[in-house]
Amino acid sequence: MIPVEHYVLLSALLFVIGGVGFLVRRNVLVALMSIEVMLNAANLALVAYNRSHLARGAAQTYAGQSHTGQVLAFFIIAAEAAEVAVGLAIVLAFYRLRRTVRSDEADLLRN
Amino acid sequence: MASLATAYFYVCALLAVGGAVSVVAAKNPIRCAMGLLLTILSVAGLFLALHAQFLAAIQLIVYAGAIVILFLFVIMLLGPAASTPSDRRGLAARVLGGGLFGLGGLASLTLVARAAEATHRVIPMPQPDGAFGGIEAIGSALFTDALVPFELSSALLMVAVVGATAVARGRQGARTMSAGEQEIARRPPSHEPPRELHTSGVFSHEVPPQEGAETKENPA
Repeated sequence: MIPVEHYVLLSALLFVIGGVGFLVRRNVLVALMSIEVMLNAANLALVAYNRSHLARGAAQTYAGQSHTGQVLAFFIIAAEAAEVAVGLAIVLAFYRLRRTVRSDEADLLRN
Repeated sequence: MASLATAYFYVCALLAVGGAVSVVAAKNPIRCAMGLLLTILSVAGLFLALHAQFLAAIQLIVYAGAIVILFLFVIMLLGPAASTPSDRRGLAARVLGGGLFGLGGLASLTLVARAAEATHRVIPMPQPDGAFGGIEAIGSALFTDALVPFELSSALLMVAVVGATAVARGRQGARTMSAGEQEIARRPPSHEPPRELHTSGVFSHEVPPQEGAETKENPA
């Protein structure tokens, strides 16, 4: 059986990769995809800890097993779908305005 | 049997990390989207290994079926403009920020791993019964303890649909752009859009329409 630390370390590694991508890349689409990777990492940690702490907690139980982490991951997926829809709409509007998707061209509020 | 589970975990983990690296490193946004798809599929496989069957299905349907397809739609819609040419402006700041974050993250990761090895305290992974993580269990949790956030998430999705439609359509009904929008649209981008076909995309065979062309001739 894989211990839960392996899952958590994998989740942290994915989060770091996604964070570096968000900081380094200037293509707005790639930055959004990096955010997806980071949220996936968070979901993985939540589900792994839920699996190892089955009997903890009184909420979201079914057959004596707590599902808090999985329910939270479900809500993260729902929020992320909303975030991607609005984010890609903003990317399209930005492209229509400036004919590019580079994030450093979005400097309308500068000075 | 245990070795099979271990091999499954490591294959999924390797694929997930490879997909994440290709999201970050690939030049072509289509390849980035494919890397994201690979990461999502591997994380769904890990969810299956963690007895989260319902979440694995949701992951496949929502992420791979909706989010990646939405990204691909936008990349195809933008065509050649979706891949930005690389230049060196702001390179030092970006490398510094990304490097600090990456090094800090990796350092804390190794520290946590060594601490976990040093304590020799194994967190038990109890074997759940068959109902754990199934659609019945998640549905029961969603409609009893998590009912209010569940209903609120439907409101969130509704607002997101309306907001995305409003933002992406722009001011279609307006006859002209406002003065501020004209001022913004008149400014040419500080770089030339790519002309050569080094990207895939539906419109990659034709040069993107140069809307800033006529404004460049008579700058304000």
